[in-house]
Amino acid sequence: MPDAAAPVVLELSKVVKSFGAVIALRSGSLRLQTGSIHALIGENGAGKSTLVKIVAGLYRRDGGEFRLDGEEVDFTSTAQSKAAGIAVIYQEPTLFPDLSVTENIFMGRQLTGRLGRIDRKAMRHEVERLFTRLGVTIDPDRPAEGLSIADQQVIEIAKAVSLDAKVLIMDEPTAALSGVEVDRLFAIARSLRDEGRGLIFISHRFDEVFALCDTVTVMRDGSYISTTPIADTTPAELVRQMVGRDVTDLFPKQDAEIGEPLLEVAGLTSPGVFHDIAFTVRAGEIVGLAGLVGAGRSEVARAIFGVDDYREGTVTMKGRRIRRGRPTEAMRAGIALVPEDRRKQGLVIESGVGRNITMAIRRQLSHFGLITTGIENRAAREWASRLEVKSHALDTVAATLSGGNQQKVVLAKWLATRPDVLIIDEPTRGIDVGTKSEVHRLLSQLAGEGMGILMISSELPEVLGMADRVLVMREGRITAEIDRADATSENVMFAATHATQEHAA
Amino acid sequence: MTKRLGALGKAREFGILIALALVVIVATAKNPAFLFSSDGWRDLLLTPSILVLVAVGQAIVIITRNVDLSVGSVMGLSAYLTGRLFIDLPSLPIPVVVILAVAFGGFLGLVNGALVAFARVPAMVITLGTLYAYRGINVMWAGSSRVNASDMPREFLALGTEQILTIPILAIVAFLVLAAAAWYMRNTRGGREYYAIGSDPAAAELYGLKVTRRVLTAFILSGALAGLAGVFYAARYGSVSSQAGAGWELDAVGAAVIGGVAITGGVGTVWGAAIGAVLLMTINRALPILGIPDFWQRAVVGVLIIGAIVLDRWLAVRQRRRLIEARDES
Repeated sequence: MPDAAAPVVLELSKVVKSFGAVIALRSGSLRLQTGSIHALIGENGAGKSTLVKIVAGLYRRDGGEFRLDGEEVDFTSTAQSKAAGIAVIYQEPTLFPDLSVTENIFMGRQLTGRLGRIDRKAMRHEVERLFTRLGVTIDPDRPAEGLSIADQQVIEIAKAVSLDAKVLIMDEPTAALSGVEVDRLFAIARSLRDEGRGLIFISHRFDEVFALCDTVTVMRDGSYISTTPIADTTPAELVRQMVGRDVTDLFPKQDAEIGEPLLEVAGLTSPGVFHDIAFTVRAGEIVGLAGLVGAGRSEVARAIFGVDDYREGTVTMKGRRIRRGRPTEAMRAGIALVPEDRRKQGLVIESGVGRNITMAIRRQLSHFGLITTGIENRAAREWASRLEVKSHALDTVAATLSGGNQQKVVLAKWLATRPDVLIIDEPTRGIDVGTKSEVHRLLSQLAGEGMGILMISSELPEVLGMADRVLVMREGRITAEIDRADATSENVMFAATHATQEHAA
Repeated sequence: MTKRLGALGKAREFGILIALALVVIVATAKNPAFLFSSDGWRDLLLTPSILVLVAVGQAIVIITRNVDLSVGSVMGLSAYLTGRLFIDLPSLPIPVVVILAVAFGGFLGLVNGALVAFARVPAMVITLGTLYAYRGINVMWAGSSRVNASDMPREFLALGTEQILTIPILAIVAFLVLAAAAWYMRNTRGGREYYAIGSDPAAAELYGLKVTRRVLTAFILSGALAGLAGVFYAARYGSVSSQAGAGWELDAVGAAVIGGVAITGGVGTVWGAAIGAVLLMTINRALPILGIPDFWQRAVVGVLIIGAIVLDRWLAVRQRRRLIEARDES
């Protein structure tokens, strides 16, 4: 708990930002004290990212006040914001893959000696000192290419610390981290706080907000709602402030009749990625695939769908073999894959909503090999309205939609193919609470209609609430299969983190 | 692990060096004069010098994830300018002429860089345009006339033939330029920022690097080096027509790629590009000695370039797989 009298390092009040006709930020306010970890929460599209980008110097505000250490500031570039002592760690770390860890930390402000010669030795010493202080072991000479997201974030933090940043903003840093990695990150965050820095922590996970932060600011629809000490509030209260209504049932799984086996996977192996994967998905069933990030879950999904190759094993759909490496065959057999990375793998980001939705059914839509926008939009409208995609028109470019709406578009694209089995990877990552429960309701409804769903998720409550059966993967192997009735966060987490083979099935 | 990767990086340039040594050895075995005659020794060093300069500039541009296709035309135009200056302003001292030609090349590079950096059009398109535009200016200016050896001062032409301790002066200058560029690329903020920009331009923006300025400088450097190459060209061949340097841009890109500079930016060294340039030129001279017909020489260069790209790709895939397996084991 920061001292109430602790100086305010960063203060934004009634900040406004609009892009053309779209108002991204109506009235953003934030007061960050030194020695505090301040949570910033709100649904997607609430204006958190815009606020952060203004602080980072990526955007310039249209109005309102922005003070750093009591002085009015106005950044026109990221370099200025950085020089003023502000460090931002983005959701997806931005490192130079070809350069060494040390170079990444010092890029743009390398220590130099005579003639502007870079002093590699001094830089390396400094990095070793930083890493010791942060309690991590990363080889300073290795290239950034191939580092886990957790390690990449550590490098971003090391950068911020070496800059001696007064303000550290972390935008959903834990989205891709395992439990151990989250603990390490939190330990580092606390020690930075104790050094008197101000931290802003953006997250969708309430347990983390309550475990780490001392103050919380809620935003909604581009406006400031409230700031409260964390001790004086509850998750239910925060959710209410975020959505402006009560969200009682986050994970409304309806009972569905479980029928015939649809998708059967046996002995699937790809050396170095996953080993001996076997499971069945039946009609009307939601199978949760839990595990830590990097356990190989997405890779299994990609292999089943035929995007990636595998060495051994079989994939059968309703008794028919699907040859490996044939996504078209998988699609024709009735499998759909909603990937984790919507922007890169799920959408043609520059295309309109209508075109994106009809992307997977173009063959059926074409007349004599031709497709018109009219045909596309007619087909897309049904799904767009069923999923309540919020966009002005079907020709709205997908890139401009919020994360939740993008996810709905990707879902609509695959549902338009009327699949029997839906493989969905992290269905609600980066999606706000309101849309989250909509996605859950939809999945549950689809299962009720007899679809088999394989749901990959890193969020335990989601897995426990939605899945009829939970498969847990750890380092490329299935370590447990647990029925809905027996599944608890403890036994799922245990299987995800411990090597002991615990085949319940 | 990292040490091995570092060694691998070194091996990339080392491999080209071995290939170069092989070519020289085989050609010398066939005809000892290839190496063991004063002419052979001189040609071995002198012939690649001009391309080395252009390839070094090209490598810097490619490292920033751009490409400069206009270098052949810039070189031709600078070479012609050098000759014209000697004819039209005979009182100008030689060093001033050299500086003017280099500055002129730098200016042409600045035009490229400004178009790329400010208009945000891919460098390939812009420099393809200036490749034709600069050549067009050259043809308009020179017409069918040419600068001959008799038009240029003897002291200037001597630069192209004289040697210090059997090493041609042009080769020494090229080596000094190469060493300076290598030092700059490895040891200064500017140099490292070229790598950063080529490795991930979006991240470079977020880091607050001055991307526009750096890209601009890279093109100016490339232009200036092509300008210096133009001076070399005039001194070495003594005759400059409007077609001087035509096609050199492809040799320069080829040299950089063979030398391990990734066409996608961020990877490679100017040393590699320079060795690539020497290898290219030496192969061109060695193949006739080995009795391989003219026709095949181009094909050999093609095989080299494709081989280099396949090798790079293979190394990258292997490194990634190894990193994944390392994660599997831990």
